Amino acid sequence: MNRRSVLGAALTCSLLVVAGAASAKDWKTVVIGMEGAYEPYNLTDPSGKIVGFEPDLAMDVCARIKIECKIIAQDWDGMIPGLQAGKFDVIMDGMSITDDRKKQIDFSTAYANVPAALATAKTSPLAKLAGAGKLINFDKDKAGGAATLKALKEALKGKTIGVQVSTTHATFAGDNLKDVATIKEYKTTDERDLDLKSGRIDAVLDDETAIAAMLGKDDAKDFTEFGPHLTGGDFGVGVGMGIRKSDADLTAKFDKAIKAAFADGSIKKYSLKWFKIDTTP
Amino acid sequence: MMDGAFIWETFLRLIVALRVTLSVWALSVFFGAFIAAGVAWMRGSGVKPVEWVARAYVFVFRGAPLLVQLFVVYYGLASFPAVRASIFWSFLRDAFNCATLSCALCTAAYQSEIFRGALAGVPHGQIEAARACGMSGFLLFRRVIFPIALRQALPAYSTEVISMVKATALVSLVTLWDVMSVALKIRNDTLVTYTPLLVAGAIYFVVNYLIARAFIFIEQWLSPHLRARSA
Amino acid sequence: MAWTTALGFGERGWGPALLEGAVLTLLVSIAGLAIGAVLGSLVAWSKLSGVRVAAAIGEGYAAIFRGLPELLVVYFVYFGSSAALTGLDHLFGGQGFLGVPGFVAGALAVGVISGSYQAEVFRGAFLAIAKGELEAARAVGMGRWLSFHRIIAPQVLRFALPGLGNLWQVALKDSSLISVTGLSELMRTSQVAAGSTHQPFTFYVAGGALYLALTSISDRVFEFAEARATRGMRREAH
Repeated sequence: MNRRSVLGAALTCSLLVVAGAASAKDWKTVVIGMEGAYEPYNLTDPSGKIVGFEPDLAMDVCARIKIECKIIAQDWDGMIPGLQAGKFDVIMDGMSITDDRKKQIDFSTAYANVPAALATAKTSPLAKLAGAGKLINFDKDKAGGAATLKALKEALKGKTIGVQVSTTHATFAGDNLKDVATIKEYKTTDERDLDLKSGRIDAVLDDETAIAAMLGKDDAKDFTEFGPHLTGGDFGVGVGMGIRKSDADLTAKFDKAIKAAFADGSIKKYSLKWFKIDTTP
Repeated sequence: MMDGAFIWETFLRLIVALRVTLSVWALSVFFGAFIAAGVAWMRGSGVKPVEWVARAYVFVFRGAPLLVQLFVVYYGLASFPAVRASIFWSFLRDAFNCATLSCALCTAAYQSEIFRGALAGVPHGQIEAARACGMSGFLLFRRVIFPIALRQALPAYSTEVISMVKATALVSLVTLWDVMSVALKIRNDTLVTYTPLLVAGAIYFVVNYLIARAFIFIEQWLSPHLRARSA
Repeated sequence: MAWTTALGFGERGWGPALLEGAVLTLLVSIAGLAIGAVLGSLVAWSKLSGVRVAAAIGEGYAAIFRGLPELLVVYFVYFGSSAALTGLDHLFGGQGFLGVPGFVAGALAVGVISGSYQAEVFRGAFLAIAKGELEAARAVGMGRWLSFHRIIAPQVLRFALPGLGNLWQVALKDSSLISVTGLSELMRTSQVAAGSTHQPFTFYVAGGALYLALTSISDRVFEFAEARATRGMRREAH
């Protein structure tokens, strides 16, 4: 084979590649990245399979838009580089939609929004805070929100609150409670709960469902929820699928599917199954 | 990603976190050295039970990942009511204390092995000659063994010291926010993937480079007769 | 669930997964150490050779990879090599993402980091060789290769063993950082299990115990190697 024919073949190949890339992306399969360690959004069972609210939802919406979806496990740290490098096309990992994040990637419509709740020791004065269990929406109820915040700040003065890092709860605590209380940020909720039990922190702020799950365990019998449930404002509109900005068509497809899944109650069904409450935004 | 304002903001936040990194590092290396000297001495003491304790210590604190050690010291100890009621609780309650203690214990294990290797590498002939001159005990140690062992230990010791700078990146497990952890936090909050890491990397690189140069300087100052050896 | 179930080998037990993780950790660390030994001896050689340019390159490599946090190196090795591979693949008409297997990227990352430290260990070990022996070798007329594999290499290995033992432990720990590549090595498996079962203490301790087991085996191996390597050498009577 002489050099010219090799060169010619290579040139033809590269032209075909360029031509192929020029046509629009025809979505047949989509790879979804999940941690598999963020219960109940997604978790890994001992056989290695990823199960949870998001896998169920993913299979549902993918069927609606007739795309084959593959779920792969990815550590959170490598999640965004993976998305941008093309290792997967969608991130579904209980990722809250925030303005900061919207600068880098697109989000689908929110598919879940769990209100936040607080917990503390039964013996703590905090346990007696008024308005227990009432839902306060900072966006929709400005007056109620302001009053609640004032009461919270009073009660939490001088105390230590534990939150999980890089969550809307951490943002809320940092924005509103830093001047009266000490905020301790934890990498995982399990570690934060350990510190609550050993008394290093006085209260925790987390998803209502996570708090309920924690309190449901045997070793949490000395602890209780307190205060109102919070949503809106710093807590955002909920969690959504993360998609590259260059794939706006994919975002549109998933938006449609998610809205359809709301309409016929499927999302509510999955939500009740995994969260035990209705988390539709 | 190349947004100048973002880079500068990130840099400032990381410099603040550098204080955490350097304090945990400096204190743990310093106290670790004393613990390591003790362990190395125990190891060479000739008394079997004492040697065994030293060996067990090195085994556990070198063998278990630092992450596990941090976890046990901070969360594990706190889970025992007996610990919470004791006089140690006011010390152990604080995350910084626990992190420093844990890192010190860990680096001590590595440092003691370096000391052990350096002491064993002292040429026997030199010791014999010193003994022949009538040196013994502390004088022998101070004049002959220690200086030679020190020079031999330096390369490996500088390695360990720099390793500890980077090991401090794990302390976010116990709620301390060092440079790497803050960088990852910024990354998670903004989803900007590489810039925070690059800035953090640059900071670590400069710090470690300065430490490495300091050790090279010490090495050359101590070993004028060994400079420019060719193979 | 009881910790015995969580760690066990039953349907909901994580026992097998943890053991698999341990094996992966071991393999990746060995591969990394081997790559590091090659790189490390090259760099040590370049520094000791007296050739300025070689020494500068060696120093540059060592400075970069000793100075950077390991996590960063893992990221850049993994995503960098994957990007390069994908680019190459696209050149030949492929589409989508071609990833370097987590094991390969992990071993490379561990190796590149380990090599920069092993260089110092080898250099220190070389400097510990009695100058007289090298002079004698030259006086007797031994060529470079002969004096290398008869005089230098055995003694370097002997003096480097404690330091290498340390670096092996470091490689084992560094391997716990390659979880970002998705490789299910021991640390990642422990953390996933801890998160899935909400029993962090159980799995941190279990993972730690497995690392200790790996260490224990390694310790034996290195002790044996050290004993063999220093046979005939007179040691300070401690």
